[in-house]
Order: sequence, then structure tokens, then C-alpha cells
Amino acid sequence: MTNDFFRMTGIVKRYQMGDDLQTVLKGIDLEVQEGEFLSVLGPSGSGKSTLMNIVGCLDTPTEGTYILRGRDVAKLDAKQLAAIRNREIGFVFQSFQLLPRLDALRNVELPLIYGGMSERDRLERAEEMLVRVGLKEKLHHRPNQLSGGQQQRVAIARALANNPSILLADEPTGALDQATGKQVMELFSQISAEGRTIIMITHDLAIARHARRIVHILDGMLQEGEANHFAQDA
Amino acid sequence: MRKMLSLWKESLRMSLTNIWSSKMRSFLTVLGIVIGVTAIIALVTIMQSATSEVTAQFTAMGTGRLVVNAPGTALKTGLTLDDLTTIENIPNVEGISPSVSTTATAKSDTAWVEDVTVDGYNEVYFKRNPELVDRGRALSRLDIQSKNRVILLDTTAQKQLFFGADPMGKTVTIQGQVFTVVGVLSDADSSDVLAQAQNQDTDGGRVIVPYSVLMTLTGVRNISSLSVYVTDTVYTQQVQDSLETALKSAFNYKDNSYRIINMESLLDTMDTMLSLMTMLLVGIASIALLVGGIGIMNMMLVTVSERTTEIGLRKALGAEPGQIQLQFLIESIILSLSGGIIGIILGLTVSYLFSVVADLGFVVSGSAIALGVGFSAAVGIAFGWAPARKASTLNPIDALRSV
Repeated sequence: MTNDFFRMTGIVKRYQMGDDLQTVLKGIDLEVQEGEFLSVLGPSGSGKSTLMNIVGCLDTPTEGTYILRGRDVAKLDAKQLAAIRNREIGFVFQSFQLLPRLDALRNVELPLIYGGMSERDRLERAEEMLVRVGLKEKLHHRPNQLSGGQQQRVAIARALANNPSILLADEPTGALDQATGKQVMELFSQISAEGRTIIMITHDLAIARHARRIVHILDGMLQEGEANHFAQDA
Repeated sequence: MRKMLSLWKESLRMSLTNIWSSKMRSFLTVLGIVIGVTAIIALVTIMQSATSEVTAQFTAMGTGRLVVNAPGTALKTGLTLDDLTTIENIPNVEGISPSVSTTATAKSDTAWVEDVTVDGYNEVYFKRNPELVDRGRALSRLDIQSKNRVILLDTTAQKQLFFGADPMGKTVTIQGQVFTVVGVLSDADSSDVLAQAQNQDTDGGRVIVPYSVLMTLTGVRNISSLSVYVTDTVYTQQVQDSLETALKSAFNYKDNSYRIINMESLLDTMDTMLSLMTMLLVGIASIALLVGGIGIMNMMLVTVSERTTEIGLRKALGAEPGQIQLQFLIESIILSLSGGIIGIILGLTVSYLFSVVADLGFVVSGSAIALGVGFSAAVGIAFGWAPARKASTLNPIDALRSV
């Protein structure tokens, strides 16, 4: 059966590194069903960041097709990619990436500005999102007044603000201690339970196990299932 | 449309937040613009005040007046009395004032003074320069017609001839002719700049006698210098044309036999010169603005590299390249505009102080303010363009990776 929600076929990505032409992704095939919680597990240098950039429409593949909600993203220009990122993808980064000069509410509001919502609706929506991630009391705190876990919650609220098709997380617990990381993962599980598609990229098997499905990436190739030799990395 | 508007608003808010959060740096950055705009505004305002002052002085001095210089030809050196009558009868001529001048030795009962400037005028000249007579009376029409030997002295001549004694009614002898003193000229003879320029200052001072008397005295039969007064300035050109015709026929259409100086065209020339000078000074001040613009560009480039991550994040969240560019462009325009506004205030203050010190009128010129605002906005756009463009073309992956 073909899947028009998320389907990658034969994705190849090459970079020119000095005189060398380096092939980072060597033919990735990946399908994700709507509502799935998927972990992409791989050590550093395996090409998982490159894969995430392509999944997140920050980058386009050298070869192959990437269908997201019925559109071939590999063929879009910068402006169209920006619109896809705005509406279809919610990013959660390892280092949170909150703007230090803005309070939590204004940070969550950011993607809504580029979506073209009116200010009143934006603030209403942003507040709703922050309440949902349990930061009702911290609406007007700036990032430096929040703990790491709280900052990542703000980032998750921001990722969800525009109601994206996919929540794309890159090492979301990488900068957090274990207990806080666990809380954040619980939040991810909750969001997944509500039916949101989540793709999480990590090198940590324990974290990856929160997902219902795990794929491995090694040396630019994907492998389905929980392979034994990755367990040593965890 | 609404999306555009809200984007502008957001960019504006972000820019203000960013500028405010690095106040000191922003201030130093716009200092160049402040100095440039201050200089331009001050220069333009001061020059305009000066121009209107000069114009006012010129107007007071000689509009509605045509000065004729008629050296004539080899056969006819100057205008005859018949020519003068012809000129006097040109329509809309209120009066003419011939002038004859010579240098002579004057003698009173008590002193002997060499190098006295003797000017011959008529009653029209005195009517036109009412402040000329300090004491006594001016020349009358009768003095001219009946060639009365009367004389007016300036303070220098009075001092040298009479040593401070009252000269009224006393006599002065010039080239054997005896003149009776009827008046004293005031010092404030600044009303006739042109006459001052023509007469070199002589040590002996200056005296005025009827021109008809002086003509006889010096044996000059023709007049080579005269002022023609017009009834109303609207007729100046018309009178000048008629005068031209009259002079041509008087001198048989010879080239270079006469020259007409129109005080109004002199005023125009002055205006042109002053505005040229203003442009030159503004041009020099623009260099400061250029340097200021480079400062802004530098600051914006630094800002862009400092905020690489922010740019990457905004792109990841769905900002189009154009939207990123807009945000940075707005920031640079706000920076240079605020510099421009400070500059306008400073420039007006400077020119106000100048006008108080130099005792000139103070005119706030709308065009100067528009110039300041326009210039600084233009600098913001011109020098903000490249950094904003650079920000918009940043690859979001590289930008996010730089953490």
C-alpha cells in the first residue's frame, strides 16, 4: 500500500567536502504512518542529522523523493519549504533554541507570526499551548528565568503551536539531567497518545525506547528494528 | 495583507527590543548619522536664515532701482542733459538721480584739506535716502536748477575743516568756488552699498554738492553715472527695456557704451550663489553621513553573525528569506532614522543658538527636516541592504549548527 502521509524513497545526500564528494545518505527508504511515534537511533556521524534536516525540510536531498502529505518536498523552492516547515513540522532542538530576549509567551508565538495569525489569536493560542505543557505560571518568564526542563517544555509548546503534522525532535533530552529528561519523555508519550506523529532522533537507546518503533541509521543506511550492536552505545 | 501588516509590526517590535537591549552599542553606531544629519540641518537652516537676511537688506537697499553706467563713446562721453530728460520721461520712471564725482582740495577759514571726495547729486537722491541728512537740509530741486553753491559735509570732512565747530552757515572753498554749508551727513550711510563700493574712502572725507554745480566746476558736460527709480517694482523690466532703447539711440548703437545694473538681477545672482554654497556645504556634510552609514552597515553585519542561531531558528519555524531580510532591514532603518531624528533636533538647536549669537532670524525649514529624515532613511536602506540580504541567505542548517 502506498502512503501519502510520509514516504521517503531512495533518498541520497552528497556533500562536497573539499575535493571529496561525500555520500552521507546512501538510499534511505522510510515510511511513517500518521500518529506513529518513531525513533531514529544512530551514533554520531551516521548521517542522522542530515536525515533530520531532510525530514524537517531544512535541506533537500540530492536524489530520491520525499512525499509529505501528498507533496514531493524534494522539488520545492526556499519559499515553499519555509511554508511547509511552518505548517507541517514542529521542531524540538537539543539546546531548546529559545530567543533569550522574549518571554515564554512570545517565544511560543513565533511560528504563528509567520503563519499569519492575528496577534490576539496568537497570544491566546500560545497561552493555551503553555498551559498544556504545564507552564501556566511561567507565561512571562524569560528563558534565563526557567530551568532546562521548563525551557524544553516551552520549546515543545512552540513546536505544537501551529498544529503541525509531525513533531520532529533532535536529541530532546540531550541537554537535560536524567529525571528532567524522563519528564520530557513522558510529555512526548502524552502528545503521541493524543495522536500526533512524532519522529525523534537520538543516539540514546533508553530514550529511543519510549517510541513504539525504532529504526537504526548507520553509515547512511536505515535498518528496521532494535539491533543488538546499538545496545552497546546506550 | 493582514499577514504583511502583522509581520511589519512584529519586525518593528523585534527591532526595537534588539536595539534597546544593546543601547550603548546602538548609540555609538548611530553617532555618525547623528553628526551628519546635525551638520546638514544646521547648515541648511543657517544658510536659509542668512539668505533671507541678505535678501531683506538688498530689498531695502535697491529694488525698483536701475543703475546706469554710461562711459559712452569716444565722440560722446556720457549722457547729455537732453538724454537725461528723455530718460526721465520714460513711463513709470519716478525720478532719476545723476551722479558726478571728483576729488578736490577743500578750504575753510581755518583749515586746508586735500583729497576730499566731492559728489554731485540731485534732490531725488536725497528723497530716496532719507537717513542721509543728519542735520540741516537736503538738496532741493531749486539748488539744482539755479546751481546754488551749497554743500553738505560728512563727519570726517566736518572734523577736518572745522575742528568740531558748528559748520552750519559757514563757507567752504573748492577750486575757487565758495559753498555755503547747509547740512551734515549722517554716519549711517550704509543704505547705499553700491555708492560705497564705487567711491574709495578718501582721507579728506566726503561732501555733496548739486550735480549741476559740480559739472560746471569740473567742466564735465556729460553724465556717465545715474540711478533710475521706478514707480513700482512690477515695472522694472519694462523700464529697463525702454531705458535700453533710449541709451542705444543716445549712443548710436555702439557696443559697450553703457551698462545697466538691475538690483533685482543682482539679488537673483546672490540667491544663486548662496544656494550653490549651501549645496556645496551639504555635500561636504554628506561625507559624515556616508561614514555613519558604513558604521550602521558594520553594526548590522556584526548583529547578523551574532544572531545566526536566531536566524536559523526563525527559518526552521517557517520564516521566508524575504521576511528575515525585512526584519533586518527594518532594524537598520530604525537605527539610522533614530540617528536622523536626534540629528534634526541637535541641528535645529545649533542653528537656533547660531541665530541668537549672530543676530539672524531663525527659520525652521520644513525642507531641511525632510532632507534629514530622507537622508537617514536612505542611508538605513542602502547600508542595511547587504547585511539583511546576507541574513536572508543564511543556510538554516549551518545557522542552527553554530551553537
